[in-house]
Formats: sequence, structure tokens, C-alpha cells
Amino acid sequence: MSATVYVARDSSALSLGADKVAGAIAGEAARRNIDLRLVRNGSRGMFWLEPMVEVLTTRGRVAYGPVAAADVAGLFDSDFMSGGDHRLGLGLTEEIGYLKRQERLTFARMGIVDPLSLDDYIAHGGYRGLTRALSMAAEKIVDEIAESGLRGRGGAGFPAGIKWRTTQQASARQKYVVCNADEGDSGTFSDRMIMEGDPFVLIEGMTIAAVCAGATQGYIYLRSEYPHALRTLNQAIDAARQRGYLGEKIAGSAHTFNLEVRLGAGAYICGEETAMLESLEGKRGMVRYKPPVPAVAGLFGQPTIVNNVVSLATVPIILERGAAFYKDYGMGRSRGTLPIQLAGNVKRPGLVEKAFGVTLRDLVEDYGGGTFSGRPLRAVQVGGPLGAYFPESMLDLPMDYEAFAAKKGIVGHGGIVVFDDTVDLARQARWAFEFCAIESCGKCTPCRIGSTRGAEVVDRILRVAHTGDRAAAIGLLRDLCDTMTYGSLCALGGLTPLPVLSALRHFPEDFGLSRSDVAWAG
Amino acid sequence: MDQNRNGFDPAAVEAIATRLKDRPGALMLILRELQDRFGCVPRDGVPIIAHTLNLSRAEVHGVATFYHDFRREPPGRNVIRLCRAESCQAMGAVALAEHVRERLGVGFGETTRDGDFTLEAVYCLGNCGCSPAMVFNDELYGRVSPARFDELMAERKEGRR
Repeated sequence: MSATVYVARDSSALSLGADKVAGAIAGEAARRNIDLRLVRNGSRGMFWLEPMVEVLTTRGRVAYGPVAAADVAGLFDSDFMSGGDHRLGLGLTEEIGYLKRQERLTFARMGIVDPLSLDDYIAHGGYRGLTRALSMAAEKIVDEIAESGLRGRGGAGFPAGIKWRTTQQASARQKYVVCNADEGDSGTFSDRMIMEGDPFVLIEGMTIAAVCAGATQGYIYLRSEYPHALRTLNQAIDAARQRGYLGEKIAGSAHTFNLEVRLGAGAYICGEETAMLESLEGKRGMVRYKPPVPAVAGLFGQPTIVNNVVSLATVPIILERGAAFYKDYGMGRSRGTLPIQLAGNVKRPGLVEKAFGVTLRDLVEDYGGGTFSGRPLRAVQVGGPLGAYFPESMLDLPMDYEAFAAKKGIVGHGGIVVFDDTVDLARQARWAFEFCAIESCGKCTPCRIGSTRGAEVVDRILRVAHTGDRAAAIGLLRDLCDTMTYGSLCALGGLTPLPVLSALRHFPEDFGLSRSDVAWAG
Repeated sequence: MDQNRNGFDPAAVEAIATRLKDRPGALMLILRELQDRFGCVPRDGVPIIAHTLNLSRAEVHGVATFYHDFRREPPGRNVIRLCRAESCQAMGAVALAEHVRERLGVGFGETTRDGDFTLEAVYCLGNCGCSPAMVFNDELYGRVSPARFDELMAERKEGRR
């Protein structure tokens, strides 16, 4: 009897011992003379269940988890390969509520396919988007992306169609497509999951962008903290090239598209698109003035489509199913779905892809199950280190770019970090300045110097007892935040005030202040 | 081979720089390969790279020192990289960092006197679903409590014997 068993190769699964589990399964199968096919898939994104083991049965895939190597013999004894009962049994994977209630479009294949099997990718709908794109005029591809309402998932939420149209209409001998895979926001890992768990969808998305713009060279700028993603991407690129999906005459068309992964070197600022382009050119990752925008003068001065991993990985399904299908999800001007990442102090951390409009409460309580520590939830930070801290009372906020902006926050890259009641928001505010100081590229004075002064002013607010001195320090902080917001070229200096001011606004008691002291903060 | 005590080898630097110099954005590729080879970007390598790429030494120095990854000195025999970002903070990374510093007797960016361990800070390893996260000699770990850290240290010691 031959059975197929799945153990994820995702970094997070590996960090919890997935390799040991896979090794134990292979060893135990050999000992028992059982013929077994072990597939190392991407993670389903339910990290509290990793390492999770799935078995293909006549009923569908059955899951067990979290599995330790020591549990493996017991699983065999329980006949897990036929979906037998075991204390770690989770039933049919697809029936697990956390997964079942999601709307996985970008992540449709995540955890289902073998990430390195192009055949698997194609069997699960891969390259249908490219096939359709190759039959369309470039303007029509742009129209499709524009009509879908897709906005940049890296954090800025800028309409992808506008970028694409600009580059498509530019005339130049050389154009580029660059994927921003410098996923530096704490609390986010959706890019990593795509690159490790379904790399061909990113390659296909970039290929469609290249065909549309007439670009012949693409780069994936990958952060060096993702070594597994690097290996997987390089293997996937090789496989695609061998099968004619990259290189000359891609998929039998007249188009040429070459793709290469380039590594960053641990600079958060290189997630900012112009700093990333500088870094790709072999320079310091210093932010550029705009205009010109990269769509007109990007990499090496040439017209360049720059998009985040998730944005590009969403392109194939938009082309395959059409703009109307994708646009049908979501609310307001936030169309489609967002792969949301639940992180920090949360019982059920993981990847939840839902249409825009899902509330923070649905996500944190319903999916996340509350705090990991079991203590009361005090704050969530949404959108990475530059995102606002929100109190429990604001959890009914829907995931929507405009709704978040109205509450002085950002959706960002869709990461939610949960904190319990042991968090000190004054310390978090100070940290926001510290992080900005560590990562500032140094181009704009408000960011380079203001970040350090900001940390000092927070200290002063906490230290001074005299109310008059404290009022002066608060006034200084307010001025400083204004200067950073309006005097910085990019989001690092410009948005660092968000976590700071949100901490003051919603948690003044942590600064030894009353609500009336911070009334100016809104 | 002309090698000094840090393992710096000018001929190897020149060979790497020459091989990569015509690739677009070559400098980052060269620095990365030097770091992989020597564990750092050797100071004495800067003029060689500058000469090969027809850049000023200041330009090469500027790039090499901009990025957190590129070290000026080779690290200890073991490198521990602890995540200090928000998701890990929410799960006790501050206390973990304190514990690790005490255990090793060094601060971030420092190497123990016996050259056994280098401790480095990192801001997000993308393992935020399993915070706190740490990299121990290229291997990623999740849900690292102070006790789990001690366990890993003990396992490594046993493994070496």
C-alpha cells in the first residue's frame, strides 16, 4: 500500500522541528516496510498546529498536529495513513474552521501543492493567467489589473493598475519588473509563505507584468533573513526556465523574460521601493526623491514595475478569473482579499486570507482565539513597526485602507501583532523611535536625528514630575512628530509618529498622563 | 597563499570582485560573497574592490557599512541572532534577550572572549507566528523561552562531545 504524507517545509514549521518529524516518518515507514510518498509542502498557515502532518485518504486530507518526532510511532500504530484516530487528530484539513472560513485566492494552493513541482502547480490552475495574458493586448492586461482594484499589498496600498499603465506606456529600450521581497515588518510573513510554499505563482505574476510592460529582465529583491525562500525561489526559477516559462520565447510566445533573485543585507529601509532600487544597483539603500517615480525612471534609470510579493502573486488569479471576480470581494475602495497575518501574543497565530471588511475582532478573537498567555488583550499593532497601536475597544474596525486611515492607522502589509495587558505602551512608543534611529537611511534630518531626540523626549515625559515640565515635553514631542510626518521623504520617518501618537492617544496612563493631557492627539 | 591571521586573502577578494564586476549592481553581490567566504567584509578588501570596480574607496566603504549584515570582523565560532522586533517583544523577547546576554556574558554585536559565541540583534525573521524567534548558526528556532534557550545550549554541548 502506498500513501502520501505531507509535512511542511515552511520556515516556521522547520523552526518547530518539521525536519525531525519528516525524518521520523520516513524512518518509521522504512522500519515497517511501508511504501510512503513524503511531500514537503508549504504551510497551511496554522502555526499553533505545526509541525502538522497530513495524509491523503479516500475522504480527503486528514491532519494531525502539532506532531513531535516522539509521536510518530504512535501515529503509525493508530494507522494514521488511513486517517485513523489519534489524540493529535484534527480531522479533514479542509474542515478545520480556521481554514474553512477563509477566502483563499492568492493563497489558493498554499499547503496543497508541492512548492517545487511545476506539474503540481499547473494541475492546480497554474499558468492559466499567463496563458490568457498572452492572448491579450498589453493595454487590456493593464485594464484588467486596474479594474480589479488591486492595491499594493506591501503597505502603501497604491493602485497597481496606475503603476503598470505608466510603465507600459513608457518607451525605453530596457524595462524591468522588480519584486519587493524585503518583508521587514514585524508580524508579517505572507511574502515568505508565498515564496516558500507556492513560488511559481510569484514567478507567473512577474511574468505577466513583464509581458504587459515589455520588460525582459526581472529581479526579486529578497531579504537575507529568508534563506529557505532563497533556495526555493532559485529552484523554482530553474524549473520554470527548463520548461520554457522563463528565458526566451516564454510559453511559446515572442516574449523574453529572465528572472534573478538578489539578496538584501539586513536593512529595513530597503523595503522602501526607491531605497530597494538603489540597493539593487549596488549602492547604499538611500531613499530617492520622487518624482520621477520608478514606473518612469526606476532601476538603472529605466521604467520599472515595482510591486510586493503578495501583489504580484495575486496577478495570476485576476488574469485567470477576470477583474470582476476579484473585485467582487472586499469593501469600499479596498477590493479583493488580504492575506492577514496573526502574530505576537495570540493563541492561534497564522495566515488568514479574507476579503477586506473583516474586523480586527473577528481576526483576533474568532480566528486568533485571544491571547496566548490567556491574559486580557490590551493592544494590537496593525501594519508593522510603523502601524498604530489600537486598544481593545477599537477592535470592531474593519480591515479597509480608508477605515484605518480615518482612525490614524494603516493596514500596511496586513500584519497584526497582539499584546496582552503586560505591555507598556510608553516603552513601545520609545521603541518606535529607537527602531527608526537604527534603520533610518539618514537622508532626511527629521528621521535621522528626530528619531533619537524622540526617544529622549519620551524618557523625559516619563521622568519629570513637575506638570509644567511635562507639558513642555509633550509639546516638544508633538512638534517633533509633526516635523517627522511632514519633513521625511519616505514612510520610515513619516510614519514613525503613528505608533508613537497612537500609544499616547489611546494609552496615556502608560506615560503617566491623563486623557486631557493628550487631547491634542485626537 | 598570502593569508593573514584573519583568513584575509587578497587574491581571493580580487578573484571574487573580478568574476562579478560586470554583473548589474555588482558591489552588493561582491560584498555578500566576501561575507559568506570570510564571515565579514575584510577592511583590507575595500581598496581591492574599489580598484576592480573603478569606484572610490569611500564609496565601497559607504556601502559595506550601510548594511547591518556586513560585519567588519569575523564572528565567533557560533552566531546567535535574536529577534528584537514587536511580535517577539509581545512574547517575551525582552526577557529572553536579558537572559541570553547574561548567559553568554556579552551584549549585542559582541563576541565572547573565548571566541565561541557572537550575539547579534535582528529585526524580524518572518517567524512571527512562533515568537520569540532566534537563529542559531543558520538554523531558525521558534517559541524560544529562556528555558528552551538553555535546553538548546545543552543539546549543542552534548552533540559536540
